[in-house]
Amino acid sequence: MTEHKSPSVPLKIGRTLREGCWRQNTGMVVLLGLCPLLAVTTTLVNGLALGLATTLTLVFSNLSVSLLRGLLRPEIRIPAFVLIIASLVTAIELLMHAFFYDLYRVLGIFIPLIVTNCAIIGRAEAFASRNRPMASALDGLATGLGFCLTLLLLGAVREVAGRGTLFSGAQMLVGDWGRQLEVTLVPGYAGFLLALLPPGAFIALALLIAARNAWQGRTETTPTEPHPKRIANPNET
Amino acid sequence: MNATRHPAIRSGILLGLIALLGTAVLVFIHDQTRARIALQEQRRVLQQLNEIVPPSAYNNDLHTDRITLTDPPLFQHAGPVTVYRARMDGRPVAVIMRLTAPDGYNGDIRLLVGIDAGGTVLGVRVTEHRETPGLGDLIELEKSRWITHFRGTSLTRPQERGWAVRRDGGVFDQFTGATISPRAVVKAVHTALKYFQAHRRALFEPPADAVVKHD
Repeated sequence: MTEHKSPSVPLKIGRTLREGCWRQNTGMVVLLGLCPLLAVTTTLVNGLALGLATTLTLVFSNLSVSLLRGLLRPEIRIPAFVLIIASLVTAIELLMHAFFYDLYRVLGIFIPLIVTNCAIIGRAEAFASRNRPMASALDGLATGLGFCLTLLLLGAVREVAGRGTLFSGAQMLVGDWGRQLEVTLVPGYAGFLLALLPPGAFIALALLIAARNAWQGRTETTPTEPHPKRIANPNET
Repeated sequence: MNATRHPAIRSGILLGLIALLGTAVLVFIHDQTRARIALQEQRRVLQQLNEIVPPSAYNNDLHTDRITLTDPPLFQHAGPVTVYRARMDGRPVAVIMRLTAPDGYNGDIRLLVGIDAGGTVLGVRVTEHRETPGLGDLIELEKSRWITHFRGTSLTRPQERGWAVRRDGGVFDQFTGATISPRAVVKAVHTALKYFQAHRRALFEPPADAVVKHD
């Protein structure tokens, strides 16, 4: 937006990103959207792909909701959100089917299931319906990147533990040269099935949350780090 | 009071408009991607088929020269079976049957079974399954070489009694901890061979895209 009067626009952007990616991370703090999160993160590439698709959905759903916010009466806002999100997800599904076919086959049912990711409707309701379009898009981007980060970490941990590799299947995302990206960290690794099965997903997520909390606890008690207040409406009075 | 002013009606109209807009966008994207999606699907089918019958072995349009067998009882009514026919200059070379083994550990196992004109298995591939990861999923080529052992088998090699996993007295290996998945695949391949032998002519003769009702 061009009409920002506040001098601290970069600060606000930074703050929104920080909130979405880290302090209010969808996967590790708010714990929303766990079903796809746990189901597809058997490899880093799978996690990244679903993360990107979700981010795309979040940016555009927040943007559309924000653009329509003046028109939406409270009693129809939820069905309207659902319509918008479902249309977006279907569009993304069609595009993936056409342009990332292998990935589409691997992620399968979890692409349409993005619709049911509560994080998306949550951000539409809590943020986009009360803020300007650009701020809402940014919030969507930040939340999406945060979700992406969690999927990426979880995918990496499970892939290394379960198969001893990283970046396997990268060719599905970036084309044939992606095959060279696959790194075998442990040659001749027999595989650790638990990490690839659903229980492994829960265990890995728990460890990830614990690690994040430990990190957060350390930095929050440092006196040099001021507590940034959670701001619901950074852009509107 | 003007009816269109009523909040409920205005809300309804607004919701309708949003739905209309969403649908319009989707129609547009669907139209733009349809051809490409069909191409991707077709490329994948052809890629799967060519793994079993190499492109040098035939010169017809393999993925369109297909017939559908409507739910033949021999395959335990597991749904229709698609049969792709490979021909060289019109002569039958092989068939590839897309069929379902309904008795996997976790439901249906979808298979492609290639059989040459003489009744010998050219290759078998699992295209879809929900078997247990790490145990039953060794039927996939990506996970183990097991599925390649069907190549070269026929109704006489091994004999009737050999068409089973070792635990059942046959010649095919099962996996440690998973007998049901390999058993289902062995049975399906054996059935395909028997079907091929009994209906060999009827498989090659019908025109492409025919739907054949079988006994």
